[in-house]
Amino acid sequence: MASNPLHLGVALDGAGWHPAAWREPNSRPAELFSPGYWTDLVATAQRGLLDFVSIEDSLTLPGVPHAPSDDAVDRVRARIDANLIAARVAPVTRHIGLIPTVTATHTEPFHVSTAIGTLDYTSGGRAGWQVRVSGTAEEAAHFGRRALHDLTPAEIAAAVASGTFPDQVHELFDEAADAVEVVRRLWDSWEDDAEIRDVSTRRFIDREKLHYVDFESRFFSVRGPSITPRPPQGQPVVTALAHAPLIYEFAARGAELVFVTPGRATGPRAIVDEVAAAAARVGRTGEPLRVYADLVVFLDTEEATGPTRLARLNELAGAEFTSDAAIFAGSADELADLLAAWSADGIDGFRLRPGVAVDDLAAIADRLVPALQGRGVFRTGYPEGPLRALLGLPSDVPNRYATA
Amino acid sequence: MSTPRKQVILGAYLGGVNHHTAWWHPEAGSQIDFSSFEHTARTAERGRFDFFFLAEGLILRERAGRVFDQDIIGRPDTFTVLAAIAAVTEHLGLAGTINATFNEPYELARRFASLDHLSGGRAAWNVVTSFDAFTGQNFRRGGFLDPADRYVRAEETLNAVRALWDSWDAEDVVADKESGRFLARPDAGAFAFHGSQFDISGRFTVPRSPQGRPVVLQAGVSPQGRAFAAANADAIFSPYGKLPEAADFYRDIKARAVAAGRAAGDIKILPSASFVLGDTEADAIEKYHAIRNEQVTGQTALILLEQIWNRDLSGYDPEGPVPDIDPDPDAAPIIQGRAFLHQDRFATVKRLREVAESKKLTLREVVIDQFERGPLIGTPAQVAEQIDSFVQNDGSDGFIVGSHLVPSGLDEFVDQVVPLLQDRGALRTEYTGTTLRDNLGLPNVRSATAVSNAKGL
Ligand SMILES: Cc1cc2nc3c(=O)[nH]c(=O)nc-3n(C[C@H](O)[C@H](O)[C@H](O)COP(=O)(O)O)c2cc1C
Repeated sequence: MASNPLHLGVALDGAGWHPAAWREPNSRPAELFSPGYWTDLVATAQRGLLDFVSIEDSLTLPGVPHAPSDDAVDRVRARIDANLIAARVAPVTRHIGLIPTVTATHTEPFHVSTAIGTLDYTSGGRAGWQVRVSGTAEEAAHFGRRALHDLTPAEIAAAVASGTFPDQVHELFDEAADAVEVVRRLWDSWEDDAEIRDVSTRRFIDREKLHYVDFESRFFSVRGPSITPRPPQGQPVVTALAHAPLIYEFAARGAELVFVTPGRATGPRAIVDEVAAAAARVGRTGEPLRVYADLVVFLDTEEATGPTRLARLNELAGAEFTSDAAIFAGSADELADLLAAWSADGIDGFRLRPGVAVDDLAAIADRLVPALQGRGVFRTGYPEGPLRALLGLPSDVPNRYATA
Repeated sequence: MSTPRKQVILGAYLGGVNHHTAWWHPEAGSQIDFSSFEHTARTAERGRFDFFFLAEGLILRERAGRVFDQDIIGRPDTFTVLAAIAAVTEHLGLAGTINATFNEPYELARRFASLDHLSGGRAAWNVVTSFDAFTGQNFRRGGFLDPADRYVRAEETLNAVRALWDSWDAEDVVADKESGRFLARPDAGAFAFHGSQFDISGRFTVPRSPQGRPVVLQAGVSPQGRAFAAANADAIFSPYGKLPEAADFYRDIKARAVAAGRAAGDIKILPSASFVLGDTEADAIEKYHAIRNEQVTGQTALILLEQIWNRDLSGYDPEGPVPDIDPDPDAAPIIQGRAFLHQDRFATVKRLREVAESKKLTLREVVIDQFERGPLIGTPAQVAEQIDSFVQNDGSDGFIVGSHLVPSGLDEFVDQVVPLLQDRGALRTEYTGTTLRDNLGLPNVRSATAVSNAKGL
């Protein structure tokens, strides 16, 4: 095994990331909400020895981002809870990391903390969390507890161009950073050896090893301790998708992994530097933030080449596919070349978004992974150990409250 | 003679996060590792139980500002564990206790509907209303709710959740690759709910789940709680496991349900029960006393009484008489984070004193004697007989049973009592349907239209 092995995960979203993915012959659109579909996908990813699967989620219908739900009936306009998909899959998988998306904006950090902590127990130390921030008026109306105004396309374009976001966006990310901080404190609120089961003194717990987290900010306060003991990993892996310096800062404040979206033409160098600069601005110390590049992939299969498949999907959708991430259509070897080049440019790992979940995930496991193994840059078997270790993160995480 | 024998409904709970659970027992295992949940759930399914049940407590219990250290503590997130149990069972219902105060309807609806999908129609929600500023300290929304408002909020939460579940019809997902039509109608999942507690609208993301509406249970015994359950719940988790009071409760709830326009059979009454089995009756009784003696230490007895008296009783001798002072209802609570089920402190104190007097019991002995909801004790044949006759005599429609020993405690019940219940024709030998509603004999609810038709609206 090479000293710097490649890290590879996949992002699962419904039938795949192309809007017409569900219409492909192998796709199973009627089963998108059933457990068998998800266990099959994750089993395929595990067959490919991947580091993790992340599972997309939002508290609104999937669809065009930043557009109020339209009336389209030709897309997968539905989804079920990602954390519960991960929970359902955990007992029937063994090695692969499970990183559900959970929204931080309208939810209770206390519930998020116990949910991800429990996933860490049910999976034997394989849990992560992709933190999502919700900024749409539509999603806010599902909760009715605050009013958010939607950014206009012009405001979004201006923000992306200038790198300066409206106050509302700053607020949302500050609040989400607080949510991450609370979740992490709650994970630490029980020391690992708090449960003593001392029969002679009839004490189950050493309460000196339970800690109030006493978090207070202008957004909320949470007292703790958690009701759930410290997860097996200590700190499950926190991740976030980010497209701009403000969000890189958010990730640098609380995450272990940031998913970024370099363009094919420009490559990842500039983003890697921007992430490093953001980490410096927020004063991150300790473990460096790991930078993973997202790519939407349409791979060659038995039946057609990647570009042919993409063209056919575009025709079904009646529009050219666009994405925030770079789009790759081609052979496993070409993709392996690209991953090698981006690794050399400072990317720590990759998260592939299968254009068609069933087909591209199989191609990743059965074509891309052997190609990478052939180059000596990918594992040939899973080591024992938690997700943190698989990702090359320290697996012995000190507890912020432990004194001894 | 012509009335058919009632089928006993059985739920299984994993040991409580309280003094009942014998963590000090040499065979006691983890109450947080998934293997314990898996073992209990698989055992329940082997015993053809209707469902697995999880209680909830959203804050660690405290006495005078310090966490209890004698009892087992630590719980997983209910939804996450139930979804994992769905992977290792096939027929067993998955009932989760989830607070109506510390969750928003959109999330509740989403998570239960998702669980229903991921389990093939086995989700159930036990709606509880415990509320207090103490628990609220763990939540951004805070926790204070006027006691008079908690069932208002619970009822509105449930109505909102059902409106969300009903925003999809079973036929809304077409997923026709050929025509390219995924949704039957563009506004599938559209909802709007306006009430005194919630003003929400938009689109719900989860298509109609296999049961249509996951099963709803309720736990709470006040007049408001009873009214809420009679009008809304499919089942009640009741604290009454002894006959005269249980039968009164049963009649009261069924009558209320009928008055609310439902059939008496539309709501099932399920008391919680622990059990102790022995080779002989005397053996079982002896085991029971030994267990109670271990569960109720002097300190535990004092804490249980402190919650009723709402006073520091640490100066009293557990082996002495019941405290002679009066309760102090108006003081700041000494015990926090523990549901309080005694409606009237003074009446409870009076009863405890009378029992102590007449039976010549010490403080600790009174607690041992009085704080048990109605255990099932005896030989397997006797326990099977107790369960069956209790149900046939309308004490309940079944039981939610759990052992003081985690995770292996349910094994002997399933090995020894279940076959006898099956011999009596009181419990299924094989599952017949696929959903929890099928297990309970409740119809699945395919669409919102079907709901209104069934109600004759
Ligand atoms: C059998 C039973 C079990 C209960 N289990 C829980 C529980 O697991 N979690 C919880 O927060 N409250 C629980 N409760 C408390 C109820 O939700 C409710 O707060 C309490 O019964 C007071 O309501 P009431 O005034 O209608 O009786 C339970 C109550 C009963 C009767």
